Amino acid sequence: MSIFTRVNRRSLTPYAFIAPALVVMAIVTIYPLIFQFWMSFTNYGLANLRQGAPAPDWVGLENYVKILTSELSIPNYSFLRLFLYNIFWALSNVAIHIVLGVAIALLLNHPGLKLKRLYRALYVLPVLIPPIVVATTWRNMFNQDAGAVNMLLGLVGQVFRIPPETFSIDWLRQVEDPISFIPLPLAYYAMLITNIWLGWPLNAVVATGALQAIPKDLYEAAEIDGAGRWASFKTITLTYLRPAMIPFAIYGFVVTFNLFSLAYFMSSGGPFGRTELLVTQAYRLVNERQLYAVGAAFAVVLFVILLTISLITNRISKATARYDDF
Amino acid sequence: MTTSKRRSFREPSLLTKILLQLAAIGILITVLFPVIWVFSVSLSPLNLIRPDGLNLIPKDATFEAYLKVIDRPTSNPVSFLELAFNSFKIAGGTALASVALGVLAAYPLSRLAFRGRTFIMLVILGVLMLPAVATLAPLFVTLNGVRLDLPILGAFNLRNSQLGVGIAIVSGSLPFAIWNLKGYLDTIPRELEEAAAVDGASQARIFRSIVLPLALPAIAVTGFLGFISGWTEFYYSWMFLTQPRDFTLAMALSAMTGTYASAIPWPLVSAFSIMLTLPPAIVYLLSQRFITGGLAVGSVKG
Repeated sequence: MSIFTRVNRRSLTPYAFIAPALVVMAIVTIYPLIFQFWMSFTNYGLANLRQGAPAPDWVGLENYVKILTSELSIPNYSFLRLFLYNIFWALSNVAIHIVLGVAIALLLNHPGLKLKRLYRALYVLPVLIPPIVVATTWRNMFNQDAGAVNMLLGLVGQVFRIPPETFSIDWLRQVEDPISFIPLPLAYYAMLITNIWLGWPLNAVVATGALQAIPKDLYEAAEIDGAGRWASFKTITLTYLRPAMIPFAIYGFVVTFNLFSLAYFMSSGGPFGRTELLVTQAYRLVNERQLYAVGAAFAVVLFVILLTISLITNRISKATARYDDF
Repeated sequence: MTTSKRRSFREPSLLTKILLQLAAIGILITVLFPVIWVFSVSLSPLNLIRPDGLNLIPKDATFEAYLKVIDRPTSNPVSFLELAFNSFKIAGGTALASVALGVLAAYPLSRLAFRGRTFIMLVILGVLMLPAVATLAPLFVTLNGVRLDLPILGAFNLRNSQLGVGIAIVSGSLPFAIWNLKGYLDTIPRELEEAAAVDGASQARIFRSIVLPLALPAIAVTGFLGFISGWTEFYYSWMFLTQPRDFTLAMALSAMTGTYASAIPWPLVSAFSIMLTLPPAIVYLLSQRFITGGLAVGSVKG
């Protein structure tokens, strides 16, 4: 038995419904993607852009080789650094988002807390603000002279008799790494703080939903069986949170991996391109450098990376789903 | 041992309650702080170099930043309203186009069996994985090659036009609209449609009088999400448009704070940010219940 409404297999009705969208997608989505693939094997550049300009030359895999071996003639480009930083950026963010989201959801779910609804409503405020505004605002807050963060640190410092001039930190542009044995610039930490502010609320919403679905009598049963608080947290709370949080963590990982706005508008990829992400690099190749063919090849590489990530995460979510079904 | 086990089901102690409340308020302060900060900076005088401290209402508070934003926020001769109208046209047009085409395509994908269905779904899923940045080069090059000569608009390069930006946006928002609407249609029970089919209603009739009204929440949400992303769209408009009269809100904000801007006029930027954020935020708050109900993509199992 099929779950689909039985229409004559040769009926044209389904195609009549889907045709307009397919035609539009074929022209504005599929054709550009195929064109992109072709472009990536050429040297398409500014010279080929004008009307009636000569067609670009076929260069084979040259663009790909240059991208992967970091031979592009643009400043501060290293594929390996970009890739590793991008993975670490996404992982570190999502890990913190989930821990904070669950912790705050537990707080919001605690029977002793008053005004829960008010907190819940106000905590999701960051989600309503457009990404470009979030990035601009935090860039302002981390500004060396006019920013709130340095002023706030100055105020706290006064308590400990530290002169306020100490806190003239150039958060987004300082070249020296703040922690000498961790090769990450200060801008990474500033953007991490920004993205924590932006990222935990949705995690808390998802975790709150999962917490509310836990039957209360499970805890009572655990208590009767002599389980302590930590044991019932581990066996009941975490078990119920996992099936909701793992798909959301995967979604969060992909979103953070491709998070254009902070890397582009806050740090502009700096200092020396060290907070650049793959997506901002792809944008700069096309927009600032006008290397259209290289940009196309870069997008194909990005697609392969994202495809690999989604195949891996698919396995993770399938494996965990099986565990939870058991 | 026995006493500590039971404690969790008793009424929490007063100290616990106070600590919980303090924690919740502490978190609230971190959430609200940047919002209050922007508000405070937006009220500062335009010539301000360095705020004199962390005051909610700054010294010499004034609305001159807002007046300047309304009149002429950037060095280009465009007012806020003109920028907002451009953003509105792009956001509204792309949202409308992708939802209209999307719901038509979502219906057979959710309900009807036909050859090629699985293949189409896989293609859409594959396209959805790509970030918008990934199709920038081919869209730019392709649209740049199209010269249009339309009755009212005259002759223009499709790339350097809001129509071109709209087409580029739809290339990403249409697959999303199809996917989200199909996901929602999958959750609607089929009994009504089956009954109508038994009564001899055509597919077109079933779609119009049963499916469309039932899918209205999802249509509204998909349209709203499309509008929001169009309202602040940056990649394509920044790359494509060169004439100031076509510029959008996000482009203006980016121009004000650009990498090469020597001194960033923070009061102006803050006032602009607030005016850019308010319209969609107000619409969201007014329609919140509707929105969470119609979102199929974000829903998680469990």
